Amino acid sequence: MKKTVTALALVLAGPAFAEGELNLYNWGNYTSPEMITKFEEETGIKVTITDYDSNDTALAKIKAGGHGFDIVVPSGTYVPIFIKEGLLMESKPNEMENFKNVDPQWVDVEFDPGRNYTVPWQWGTVGVTVNTKTYTGDINTAAVVFDPPEELKGKINVTPEMNDVMQMAIHYVGGEQCTADKEVLMKVRDVLTAAKPHWLSMDYGMIEKYAAGDVAAGTNWNGASMRARVQNADIAFGYPQEGFSVWMDNAAILADAKNVDEAKTFLNFMMDPENAAMLSTFARYANGIVGSEEFMAEDLKTAPEIVVPAELKGAAYIARTCPPEASKLYTAIWTELQK
Amino acid sequence: MADLSTTVAKRASRTRWMLLAPALIILVLAASGPLLITLVYSFLTPGDYGGVVWKFSTDGWFNVFAQRDIFDDTLGWSDAHLSILWRSIKLSLMTTLACLFFGVPTAYFIATRPKQQRDMWMLLIMIPFWTNLLIRTFAILELIRNEGTINTLLLWLGIIDAPIQMLYTEGSILLGMLYVYLPLMVLPVYASMERLDFSLVEAGYDLYATRFQVLRRVIMPLVKPGVIAGSILVFVPSLGAYVTPRVMGGGNQLMLGNLIELQFGQGRNWPLGAALSITLLVIVMVALIFYVRTAGKEDAHHG
Repeated sequence: MKKTVTALALVLAGPAFAEGELNLYNWGNYTSPEMITKFEEETGIKVTITDYDSNDTALAKIKAGGHGFDIVVPSGTYVPIFIKEGLLMESKPNEMENFKNVDPQWVDVEFDPGRNYTVPWQWGTVGVTVNTKTYTGDINTAAVVFDPPEELKGKINVTPEMNDVMQMAIHYVGGEQCTADKEVLMKVRDVLTAAKPHWLSMDYGMIEKYAAGDVAAGTNWNGASMRARVQNADIAFGYPQEGFSVWMDNAAILADAKNVDEAKTFLNFMMDPENAAMLSTFARYANGIVGSEEFMAEDLKTAPEIVVPAELKGAAYIARTCPPEASKLYTAIWTELQK
Repeated sequence: MADLSTTVAKRASRTRWMLLAPALIILVLAASGPLLITLVYSFLTPGDYGGVVWKFSTDGWFNVFAQRDIFDDTLGWSDAHLSILWRSIKLSLMTTLACLFFGVPTAYFIATRPKQQRDMWMLLIMIPFWTNLLIRTFAILELIRNEGTINTLLLWLGIIDAPIQMLYTEGSILLGMLYVYLPLMVLPVYASMERLDFSLVEAGYDLYATRFQVLRRVIMPLVKPGVIAGSILVFVPSLGAYVTPRVMGGGNQLMLGNLIELQFGQGRNWPLGAALSITLLVIVMVALIFYVRTAGKEDAHHG
């Protein structure tokens, strides 16, 4: 009898079940399971995660409606599109309790001034990943992908993010971000078409393939590169001296979210330094929350993929949303490239 | 009397329609509905960030085959789309041929086993279907990667010095599609082989036919319906294949399915995507009609 009572009490006192639910729509392999478990334990809200592999997949699916998601994590370059299309809720994260933790340099961002819609998720850079056992030359250049040395030919993967690749190529030929200058774009096309035969694949999800040595170089995100390096010490991340973009992914509540209160609780939870640190520990990117360093391991704080070398800092540029006229030209070149 | 028989006929026809109704409703809603939307979308203007603007335009259709060069503004064939289309048709034909090459002997083997064993062999053909397509595809990927099972084994045996690049080639797409679609060939061919009267084969041998002649003149004509059905079942889905080329081709060997996806995603040109989808549908229909008509003709010829 006593046993039954104890069991009953345990059931009643256990984690609050069915308090609510939250449907998170995020990039694949990007959400820390530990952080989600902590959130579920603290709030009793059950989280379901669905993956996407590109901003455009997310945009198309959310635009189509009937998705049932509450939170999406678009890149800064896509946030203005999401807002313009009326897909995000003005949830006022800037009035939330934990907003004070957001790094001031990430508050008045171009894509969401003052943060009325979005909360920083992770930020990083787009550069090149190289297996230094295969290629021993200078890796701080986009040439490893666009004019590859003999050792790397046929072992290159280019992430099929049109905008990232186009901007990297535009800077490689000396152009400006979002340019619609046809002379520059013609050079870009020639560089890309000449380089394409040397590429092995254009795919996402390459961490294991870099680590295993299936691919030896390619365009990549710094955190993904670090995760490959953790598995294989020969992997290094290069910052193209011709110019490399700095991006930020941001969590935002969708305009047609069903679980708004739960979603707000989650955004606030995200801005807590300890929780943001859990995210960085998993995804291996910086997070834009002040004080999260305290909860990070030393090797993460000092990682060469996160600390940009002083002499290359000048080459960094913040990724912007390109106007549709420029995008159309990029798409034409991109389709031509993938034929 | 005449009245009564018409009433009975009417009632019978009404019952037939009512029995058909559930299937018809599903067909109309699930097949014609989306198709109609696709058709309408193909005549609209693309939105700046995906979606469509409700403004009539034939640009989507125009761009399927032609394009204006972005640099010198000259009008020309849409080289990219046509080469992707060609690759799709070529790979689908090759998949069909490969499935025939491997599927027909397999079906023959099973059909010539003792009756009680055949179910077991058919079960073995069906088992891969119990696993998700994506998982099966990734399993092949694991086998043929540079650091995968086959290369590791060959390296270990000392047969090769460096891994053979098998993944991310047209060959790997073909291998993946062959594996996925092979059962679709074996099943219909087996069904017609099972009905084959093997005393005819014996009769052929008795009349001094060679093994090849028996195959060509006796077996093939009799199992032809199964071969045709199998070829259609393999060719049609191969044309629209999406997952296998994506995983095995590494994203730089686009096929029609991937090109369509590109237009709804990063390309942000839904009308073009819709027009391409309908083009795919038309090609499939033309292939089907061609197949059915030639098959019918030859039957008449032999008949």
